[in-house]
Amino acid sequence: MPTKIEKDSISGQDTTGHEWDGLKELNTPLPKWWLYTLYATCVWAVVWCVLYPSVPGISGYFPGVLGASTRVQVTNDVKALAAQRAVTMDKLTATPIAEVRQDPQLMAVATTAGRIAFANNCQPCHGPSGEGRPGYPALAGDAWIWGGKLADLQQTITYGIRSGHPDARVSQMPRFGADGILKPEEIAQVADYVMTLYGKGTAGADMAKGRAIYGENCAACHGDNGEGKRDVGAPALKGAVHLYGDSRETVRAQIANPRQGVMPNWNQRLDEATIKSLALYVHSLGGGE
Amino acid sequence: MFIRHETIEKNAVLMLVLTAITIAIGGIIEIVPLFTIETTVEHVKGVRPYAPLELMGRNIYVREGCYLCHSQQIRALKDEVERYGHYSLAAESMYDHPFQWGSKRIGPDLARVGGKYSNDWHYAHLINPQALVPESLMPKYAFLAQTPLNYDIIEEHLRKNRGVGVPYTDEQIANARKDLEAQADPAADNEALLKRYPKAVTVAGNGRAPTELDALVAYLQVLGTMVDFADTSTEQLQQ
Repeated sequence: MPTKIEKDSISGQDTTGHEWDGLKELNTPLPKWWLYTLYATCVWAVVWCVLYPSVPGISGYFPGVLGASTRVQVTNDVKALAAQRAVTMDKLTATPIAEVRQDPQLMAVATTAGRIAFANNCQPCHGPSGEGRPGYPALAGDAWIWGGKLADLQQTITYGIRSGHPDARVSQMPRFGADGILKPEEIAQVADYVMTLYGKGTAGADMAKGRAIYGENCAACHGDNGEGKRDVGAPALKGAVHLYGDSRETVRAQIANPRQGVMPNWNQRLDEATIKSLALYVHSLGGGE
Repeated sequence: MFIRHETIEKNAVLMLVLTAITIAIGGIIEIVPLFTIETTVEHVKGVRPYAPLELMGRNIYVREGCYLCHSQQIRALKDEVERYGHYSLAAESMYDHPFQWGSKRIGPDLARVGGKYSNDWHYAHLINPQALVPESLMPKYAFLAQTPLNYDIIEEHLRKNRGVGVPYTDEQIANARKDLEAQADPAADNEALLKRYPKAVTVAGNGRAPTELDALVAYLQVLGTMVDFADTSTEQLQQ
């Protein structure tokens, strides 16, 4: 407890009155600017508590006189953004996709919006410039499985592939090995034949059996010469592009127990204008038809 | 003053007791209202307890420290809503013990990753992220595909979750093993599973024992998909 406040003879200031084994302490006041800043923040804290949600109660809380809410705020922000974009986005929704390109300004907006949406949603599978990944088709090439026209792209993006949506694109290659439709040696023979379609067949091997099996089991969907059939989503087997690879092991595995790739239906996440933008952007990557 | 400052400072037990009382008052004012205020957890339809396989996947997620690089919390900010979708609700993590909100985004937010990519993508990406995203910093989790999932105690696990407030029914607990195996096997009949756990995504599985990777993919595929936001309004989500 302060016992004896006295004036220090050297500085002329008061002491605190405490004494520890003969040591005394000067009572130097805090700088005025510091002290008033502290008082100002205290006042501001009270003002803030009045303006914004602050004091909790038992079943509710004091919402503040401004009625501020981050959730209302963000909803309004997003709405304002949509309103700002509405002019072009509504136009994009209303314009048939094939006609968008006739309006250069609209097209510029669409490809920009498409590029952004692509980076967020499509790039993880199809690669940053649509170059594709093993098991995920290239979009910058022209080896389309379901078609590379604008309308085809729009439908694929909207409903997906084997996505579970009723309008999804679905192709179902039979499991020739797993379900015992073909014997292992028959799978080996037809795989060897399929490889000749893209010029990797074994020279001099007997292809007659493989060709016969192909004709009976594969040609209906993949075409007599492996040209593929887009109505049923059967990829072309000739040509250099193969979704899962072109090694003998891959072809055999794909015949025995085909992988069935899935693409989500993007209408669950994206609006029509964004999907159109994506279709236009993908079309512009180099493979559009 | 009936208790002088000097008395408190010179009496350790009295000081401890008074300190405890002071802290308790602060705690009660800050914490108790969160339990009593009606709007702390929004009333939305669709949020259900995790299916057994998802719950095991969630354990893998916690064990591997996924939360150190991935948040599960879309904040109520324009830019985040634009990129990731609807802001996260408290209701969406009310059955998380503990929640996985995280605080760092070395990788992207995962609060709504469910359904964004295919099962195949998740498998390939977890086994070797750089095969699909060359610039990715994510470590490879290929070993999860080789590690059989240990779910010996799945019933007990659900029961313990019920102990801390997750409303698992007796039926769900009794069928935990069956549901877990059904979700990890595409060939299985999943009607009962979907009835008990709507929107549960059946993962690829290898037709043998479920792996840790199967569980993790099942968990990722349900993240953020439970609430149908078409049914909600901003007023309803007001906290």
